[in-house]
Amino acid sequence: MDRLDRRGFLSCMAWTGSALVWTSTAGVLSSRTIRAAEAADPVPGGFSFVQISDTHIGFKGQANSDAAATLQQLIDRVNALKPAPAFVLHTGDQTHGQKPGAFDTLAEMLKSVKAERVFYVPGEHDVFLDGGKEYLSRYGKGTVGERGWQSFDYKGTHFVGLVNVLKYKGEGVGALGQDQIEWLEKDLAPLAASTPIVVFAHVPLWAVYPQWGWTTEDAERALAGLKRFGSVTVLNGHIHQVLTKVEGNVRFHTAMSTAFPQPAPGAAPSPGPMKIPETEARRMIGVTQATFVQGTEPLAVVDSILG
Amino acid sequence: MRKRVAVVMGLAVVAVAAQAFGGRSVDVGIKEFKFAPVALEVPRGTTVTWVNHDEETHTITSTTGAFASPGLGNDETFTQTFARPGSYEYFCALHPKMRATVIVK
Repeated sequence: MDRLDRRGFLSCMAWTGSALVWTSTAGVLSSRTIRAAEAADPVPGGFSFVQISDTHIGFKGQANSDAAATLQQLIDRVNALKPAPAFVLHTGDQTHGQKPGAFDTLAEMLKSVKAERVFYVPGEHDVFLDGGKEYLSRYGKGTVGERGWQSFDYKGTHFVGLVNVLKYKGEGVGALGQDQIEWLEKDLAPLAASTPIVVFAHVPLWAVYPQWGWTTEDAERALAGLKRFGSVTVLNGHIHQVLTKVEGNVRFHTAMSTAFPQPAPGAAPSPGPMKIPETEARRMIGVTQATFVQGTEPLAVVDSILG
Repeated sequence: MRKRVAVVMGLAVVAVAAQAFGGRSVDVGIKEFKFAPVALEVPRGTTVTWVNHDEETHTITSTTGAFASPGLGNDETFTQTFARPGSYEYFCALHPKMRATVIVK
C-alpha cells in the first residue's frame, strides 16, 4: 500500500491517545498510526511492534479526567491488530509522578495486551521521587547491572533501550551518563553496519526544544556510535506529540501520549497539559496522517499531525 | 536571668518581622512552570507554603536535600518552615529548569 486512505484518517474521533505500530520488512522499518494499521494488510515475512508512551497513570485533570480509561481504549485497539504485534515498547512515564498504586494499575492493564512481552524504559515521572528504586525493583531485572538499560535482538533487528532520566536532577535536560554510553559503544561494537538498529528512550535523543528541557545533553556521544549503521530508528516519548526528524541514516521519532497532549515546541508559555475543548478535540487531536514516501532511503515513512 | 530575657526579646523580633509578611506564613505560587517569587526573603521561623496552580505536577526539591515535596498536582500545596538563616535553593525535580531560592534572614 503506497498511500493510505485519507478518508480513513479523517474519520472523526475524540482524543483517545494513540500508539504507533512499527513494521519491519527485510530490516526496513515503517510506521503507521494504530488506526491505519488496523486497516493495513499484513506484511509477509515481517514483524510489527507497538510503541506506547506517557501513559501517566494517576493523572487527572482538565486535559484528561481518566488516563487509565484512554489507555484501555488503546489496549483494545492493539489487541485488534492482525497480525498481533510481536512485542510492545513502553517509552516511559508509566505513572504520573509515581502516584501510589499507579505502577500496579499499569502492569495489570498491560497484562491484557496480546503480545509476547512489554519492554520498558523509565520516564522522569517514574523515578523522580525515589531515584528509580521502585521502577528498578520492578523492571530492572535482566537489564544491564539492573540499572534499567538493555539490548535485545529480534529477527535480525537490534533493539537498545536506554535510560536518560536518572540523572535528570539539576541539569535541566535528560542525560545518559558515562557508564551507559560506554556500555552502548561495547554493545554496538560487534554488530555489522547492515544491522538495523532501533534505540528507544524516554526523553528525545535530539534537541527538540532545550528551553523546555526536551533534549538529552549527552546524546551526541551516544549517536556518534550509531552513524556507521545503515538504518537507525530512535523512538522517544516525553513530549506527547509526534515529531520526526531524519538525519543521515538516523530517523528520530517521538510518540503521542495515551493520556494528554502537550503543545508544540514554543507554542505556549509552558509545556503543560493541553486542554482540548470537546468540540475541537474531534477535529484536531488524535488523528495522525502517515504519508508513505517511496524512495531509496532506508526509512520511507514520514508521519505528521493533522492540525 | 539575663539569658532568659534575651531569648524572649529574640522571639519578639521574629514575631514583628514575620508580621510584615502577614503573619509567619508566606505563599509561593507555581504557575506556567515558574515559581513566584523566584527569590523570596523571609525572617527565620517563617512557614512557606507553595501552591501549584498548574495542571502539570511539580515538586519543591532542595538542591542540598534539606527538603523535598512529593509531586504536587493542581491546587495541591507543600509547606516548609525555615528555622535557620541561609539561602535555600530549590527546583522542580520533574522540570529542573524551574529554580528558585528562599533566603532566610
